[in-house]
Order: sequence, then C-alpha cells, then structure tokens
Amino acid sequence: MIAPVTHFLPLTKIRRARLLPVSGRVVVRVGQKVSAVDVVAESLGSGKHVIVDVWQALGFSATSRSEKWVGRKVGETVQVGDVIAETGGLFRKVVRAPVEGQIIAIGGGQVLLETKGEGTAVLAGFSGVVEELVPERGAIIEGSGALIQGVWGNQRIGMGTLQVVASAPDEELRADRLDVSLRGAILVCGYCADAGVFAKASDLQIRGLILASMASSLIPAARKVDYPIVLVEGFGNLPFNQVAYKILSTNEKREVAVNAALWDIYQGERPEIFIPLPAEGEMAAETDEFHPGQIVRIQGGDFPERTGRIVEVYPYPCPISNGLKVLAARVELADRESVVPLANLDVIE
Amino acid sequence: MTTSIVDAESLLAIDIGTINTRALLFDIVEGQYRHIATGTALTTAGVPYLDVGEGIHRAIQNLQDLTGRVIIGPSSEVILPMAANGAGIDQLAITYSAGPELRVVIAGLLPDVSISSAQRLVATVNSRVVETIGITDRRRMEVQLDAIVHAKPDLVIISGGTDYGANRSVLKVVELILLACKVTAKGQIPEVVFAGNKALADRVKEFLGRYTRVTLLSNLRPSVDVENIDSNLNAFIEVVNRIRGEQIGGLAAFAALGNTCVMPTPLAFGRMIRFISCVNKEKGVLGVDLGASAATVAIAVGGKLSLNVYPLNMGAGHLSQRAIEGVMRWLSADIPEAVVRDYLWQKTLFPASLPLTHQSLLIEQAAARYILQTVTQLAMMRGQYAGRGFEPVIASGAVLSFTPQIEQSLLMLLDGLQPSGITTLILDPNGVMSAMGAAAGLNSVIPVHILESGAFLNLGTVIAPYSRARYGSKVLQVRVVYEQGGDARYEIKQGTLALLPLENGQVARLHLSAINGATLDATGKVRSANFKVIGGVCGIVIDARGRPIALPSDKARRREMLCKWRDALGISDSGIELAR
Repeated sequence: MIAPVTHFLPLTKIRRARLLPVSGRVVVRVGQKVSAVDVVAESLGSGKHVIVDVWQALGFSATSRSEKWVGRKVGETVQVGDVIAETGGLFRKVVRAPVEGQIIAIGGGQVLLETKGEGTAVLAGFSGVVEELVPERGAIIEGSGALIQGVWGNQRIGMGTLQVVASAPDEELRADRLDVSLRGAILVCGYCADAGVFAKASDLQIRGLILASMASSLIPAARKVDYPIVLVEGFGNLPFNQVAYKILSTNEKREVAVNAALWDIYQGERPEIFIPLPAEGEMAAETDEFHPGQIVRIQGGDFPERTGRIVEVYPYPCPISNGLKVLAARVELADRESVVPLANLDVIE
Repeated sequence: MTTSIVDAESLLAIDIGTINTRALLFDIVEGQYRHIATGTALTTAGVPYLDVGEGIHRAIQNLQDLTGRVIIGPSSEVILPMAANGAGIDQLAITYSAGPELRVVIAGLLPDVSISSAQRLVATVNSRVVETIGITDRRRMEVQLDAIVHAKPDLVIISGGTDYGANRSVLKVVELILLACKVTAKGQIPEVVFAGNKALADRVKEFLGRYTRVTLLSNLRPSVDVENIDSNLNAFIEVVNRIRGEQIGGLAAFAALGNTCVMPTPLAFGRMIRFISCVNKEKGVLGVDLGASAATVAIAVGGKLSLNVYPLNMGAGHLSQRAIEGVMRWLSADIPEAVVRDYLWQKTLFPASLPLTHQSLLIEQAAARYILQTVTQLAMMRGQYAGRGFEPVIASGAVLSFTPQIEQSLLMLLDGLQPSGITTLILDPNGVMSAMGAAAGLNSVIPVHILESGAFLNLGTVIAPYSRARYGSKVLQVRVVYEQGGDARYEIKQGTLALLPLENGQVARLHLSAINGATLDATGKVRSANFKVIGGVCGIVIDARGRPIALPSDKARRREMLCKWRDALGISDSGIELAR
C-alpha cells in the first residue's frame, strides 16, 4: 500500500522548483548560489483598473459610442494628466488620464487603464545552487543538507542561526524564555500556547520559530508576524518526534532556512526546514510502500514517542481495539508494540 | 425473482476520493447485478504523483487480489471491453471528488432570480463562489473588475435575462467579463458558461469566445417563475469535467477510454437519490454524503432533485467560533474547547487519520452531527422543501459508516438529521451510491438490482412523533405484532429514545397511537397509524426527543442527556482505547 512519506533527513539533496504563477522575469542564472531569501523570479502583478468613460467626459450622448476621439493605442503607458482623448475644433475638449498606468483596452467610448501592480516575487526558500531555468517562470534549485518537513507554516520565509531553546522535545516555549541573546536566531522549541511569545520574538528580531506544535488558537497571531513559524508535528500539545529533534539539536548554531509554506498537496508546497551542509547528499525517494523495518510517525492515539518501527503490515483489514477493522501495521514502540491503522502512519525517510 | 439480462455486462466503478480511490466491481450473480468487491488505494492526485492513474491502478490491483479477476492487462491498461478469456470489464464509470474546490464567479442580474439559480447550479459540485456580480451591486465597474480578477476563478457563470427579455443589463455583465478576460494573464483566463437570455447566446459566444472557451447552456431562468437546473446538469458536468481534467492529472486519460461515464461524485450521488424518488412519489428522498472534502445533501421529490454541496468536512479546524461551539454541544464527555479545536485543525493536516481514542472518536462524531445538522438545514431552506417527510433517508460517508458500533451511526444520523414522522434510515456502508449514479448512465439495470441487493444497511424504521409535550409525559403508544407470533406493547415518553426489538429482516405490524397532543405527521392530523415494518439492524427506532432536539444549555445537564441517549441505544464507551 502506498505510504505517505515525510522527510527528516540528516543529509540529503533537495531539488525544488520555484516558479511564478504567471509569466515574469527570472533574475537568477544557472550556477548561481542563492540563499533562502533571494529572489528567483518576479512579475509585475496587475494593479487596479480604472475605466475612463471618454464619451461621457466629452459630453456626447450615450448613443453611437465610438473611439474616434481617443488618441492613444492599447499598450501605451500614460502619466497622470496625459491627454488620452480630445476633440478638435475651436472649442476643444480634452480627457486626461486620472492615474499613471497602461492602456489595456479601448472600446465603446471607454478606455481601460491598469495601474502598476505591487508585483510578485518568488524566493528561493532554501540555500542552494540554481540548476536550471524555467523561462519567464523561475528556476530549479538544488542544495545539500539536513531536511525536516513540517505540517503547517505561516507563509513566511527566513533564515538565521539555529538555536535550540528546548531542553526536551516537549518543552513549552514561554515569553519569559526569550531574551536579547537570541536576536537574529531561528529558535527551536516544543510547544507554544502563549501569543505573547510571538510579540516578544518580533521585538527581539528573532528570525523564525520551529515548533513541534502550537495551540490552534494562536493561528491568527502566527499569521500576523513577519518571520516564519513552522510546526513539525501540528496542533495541540505534541512533542517533537525523536528523529526530527535529534537532527535539529545536532545542527545547533548552523545556518538554517525556514520556508513556512502552507501544506498544499495539489500545488506541491510543504513547509520545510533546510540546513545546508558542506557535504553532498543523495536525493531521497518521495514515494514508498509500507513494509517491515520502516520508521513511522503515528498520528493520534496515546503515543508520547510519536514514532515507532513497523514490525508487520497486515495484508487484510484487522480489528484494532476500538472495534474498527482496518488495514493496519504492528508497530514497535519504545516499550511495547501496538496495532496502528496505516491511515495514521507516515513513513519517515 | 430472477431477471434475465440479455446483454449482461460487467461494470467497474472508480471513485477518486480526496483520500482514497476505490474500485468497485459490479457483475451478474444468479441473474442479478451484485456488488462483488471493492479495492482501495490512496488517491494520488497530489504530490508526488500528481496523477490519479497510479491510485486507480493500485485500487484495481487490490480488487484483482481480492477477486482473482484480471482487469489490468500486461501493459498496465484497463482491459475494456472484456476479452474472450473473461479478463477485463465491459463498462467503466468514474466519479471524483479529489482536487481543489472549483473557484466560480457568478455574474447575473437579480440576487433572488438569476443569481440564485446560478448558485443552485454551482452548488451541485464541490465549489466555492469566490465573487458574485449583479445589477444591484453598487460597486463601480472597475472595482467589480478588480474583484473578479483578484478572485482567480476557474469558471465564470453568466446568467440573467428571461428569454428574449432583458438584454442591455445582461450585455453590461458580459462586457465586464470580457474586460476581466482581457486583463487576466494568459493561461489563467477562466472558462465561461452562459446560461441567460437565449437571444444573446450567440453574441456572447462571439464576444467572449475570442478570449476563452464559452459554453452555452439553456437559460437557467427562461421566465421568472421557471428554473432550468436539472436540464442543464449534463452540459454543466461536461464543463466541470473538462476543467477538472486539466486540474487533476490523469483524469482526462481515463475519461477518454471508451464506454466510460465520468462525473463529479456529488452529481452521481444526487442522480441516485433522484432515481429512488421516482419510485416513492408520496414522500421525498433525502440523501447525505459526508465526504472528506465536502458534504452533499440531495433532496428529491418525484424525480425533481435539489442538490447541494457544502465545503464542510471532518477537518473542520477552520470552522468559526460559532461552529466550534456547535460541535461542542454534541459532546457527551467533558472535553475542553481547546482540545476540540486542536483536534479538528490537526485533522485538516491529516484528513485520512482515524480516531484512535474514545475522546477523538467523540470529537469526530460530534463534528459529524454538527455538519449534518448545518448542511441539511441549509439545503432545506434553499430547496424550499415543503416538509412532506422523507422515505427513505440514505446516508453515505466514512465517518457515518465506519464506527465501532452500528448504533453510533444511527445516533449520529438521528441527532444530525433529526428526521420527523415515519421514515427508514439506510446506510451505504460500501459507498456504492455515487458509483451507481455514474453507472446508471451506462447501464440502467445496475442501480435497480443493487438497490434490491444487500449492499445497503437498513438501520431501521424511525418513528419520530411531532410533539411539544412536557419532558417525561407519554406521547406515543406502540404495539408491535410480530409476523412470527406474539406481540409487545410500549409507552414512549417525551424526551426519550428507544430501540424496539425486531430482528434484521423480520416482519412485524406496527400500531401507533400518538397521545397528549403528539402527531405522526407535519400536518398535525395523523394521530394513529398501523403498517408493516421490516426490522433493521437496530430494530425499530422511536425518537421522541422533539424537533428540533432541545439540548440543555447547562453543560453538565447536556452531557448527562447525551449520555442517556447513548445508553438508550446501547452504545458502550468501553474497549475503545488502543491496547497498550
């Protein structure tokens, strides 16, 4: 059976496409080294639109509208006050552009102007090298290092020095734990239920938060801060799984890139924490099947360790203790074995 | 009775769900179509596959393993039609609910006329209306334009104008959509469906067709008092299938196989509900399908269908505070709100995960009750259903059918749907409803035979008297006369829930007498009835809790009452924790 895979890898090679949703300008070149916050491609987003009713402004009747007085063409740019239409004759009337922008359409005695948009930029999201360009859209970037995939992010990207402030995978992060010595760091801690943490982290110019879990009531506050917040396990009071915690704690003081994307299986986006390392990693498989020997993470239930090793995958639905008959695996935990539905497992690779 | 089937053809139904892809095999057994088996695999619409084909193949492989029947050929192709050696299948029906919601802009004239009709059409698929434009919209045209562009729709539906009626207002709306197409980046221009004044159809196609694909439907409101939704459904399905075919990798390839019917799961589900309603014309038929991505409510009366899909699912973490409180009201244990909220948010991240503890099971089932209650109330309002009662009520969806005790399924449905009067609750534990709806387009015999087979679970006949009597006062006298001999009498009190014993499939005659102002139907005139009943898996169900069910506002009393009702159905809380 197909197994969902989550990567917690001490050394791997990742290859990610960073693409604009629409055509734009690629600003990197093949072979270029990029950091997480470097722009890969940018596009001028469409701004606001303004319809200038030339016909009405010139004082003509609503019938038999035409563009005969418009002295501009589609595609031209105009400044505020530029004449876009005028009548001839002794009593000349003019219509001026109310905004700076580009003429998108002319018709029916009207002119449609588009103002300059704010634009969209795609960031690299991790430190690596540009391997390939996708014309007008972006680039493919590769990098080697440690990778931890998260489950939720606040849609920010950042980088900084990794600082583990948790002495245990389940330690709660409180505002009073933060001080000026952590400025510029990306912090690792177990659980957060205190919105005050986010505000204080902003004040201290913390570059990011990597949490095992967070109270879901903090989601609105997390979305407001300008640094990335990634959850590795999810919502509620969930400790880090041992594998992820070990990777993070053994890489303390290294530079880390945090791409706190929202998990979207259709767009291929997932929150990721990447620690570039001076060694060449191997690309990890993105797909797998359940089989004995795999390390798996368990969702739900009373499993404080959150990870275990598959001992046996049952070929047919078997009863679990709540009475349901489901496809399941026997999983070896720290001090016992348990039968867990395959639906509650993701393979750690 | 055995029906001779001249052109007996096997059918494979593929249901591509948000989480799982299922392959259901239907074939002839002793002269009747039967659901043979179901193979399951994870859906592969998302990364890393981005192609539903892998999930489909694995589901079929699983089916092959279960049945020993060869369906996939040596080149990994589905053998269609069946080969001389018996390998393969003759027909293929595909339903799908995987993929992101369809983003739709509705542009019409009046909110209560053309716009509401367009909303009803859109509500037949898993979609989100991201912007609505009408002539009562006071925003300036450029603001409307920006709103449409910003909404990034997959589809724009233009409605409005009775046939050969208003055209200037409709053309103004068309002009707006034309501008939206002009300013949208290539590759992101939405498809357009025009379902307004038919006198304008050709002009609209000519205007907009330069920029995008335009599909002309019949006018949704050819006159103010006539609505044309049903007759437009097939053409609308084609549009949705085409857009989905571009969004969901691999779907178009399977749709292109010969002798294939492809349709969105809710529409297939609705088609079956409509089909059943043609049999019983006195009452309506209610169908609910609680899926992983959306909840579908189908109400059909005498072949007329009202179908509504709501983007409410078990990963309900994004629910409003009010909705979370709605879930909390159905919890029979003292679970903090923060825990409930966290659980539901976590479920959005891992929608396939199953509840492993008693607490998580209670949260999921409470969420199911809340969703059922919400969506059926919305659907009743939208469908303006007069309330003649339903016969039967059919429920589908993993959270409803996948329970440790069948009584839990029953209680979720009673609490969530709150059926009134006399009805039968049917569960679709194998999820065959939508498969049959799609299959019906290829083979009209299959639904008939499958409905008569044991693929469905009759939970029981439900008697829910209309009563405002004081809690604890007697409202119903029941006499059950068993066909095998003997009888039993019961007195039912207001506020109670009871299961009367009648073995599954056994027949009895039921004599009902409503007392103390209670009645057996909405008109308030029927106070007694006697009729034949067939026992369901839960026997006969008497629900005298009143409608709507009034839950005490005091939390402790409410939990006590919910526990009492669970006890009345014999729902046990023991043995639910995982063995350690």
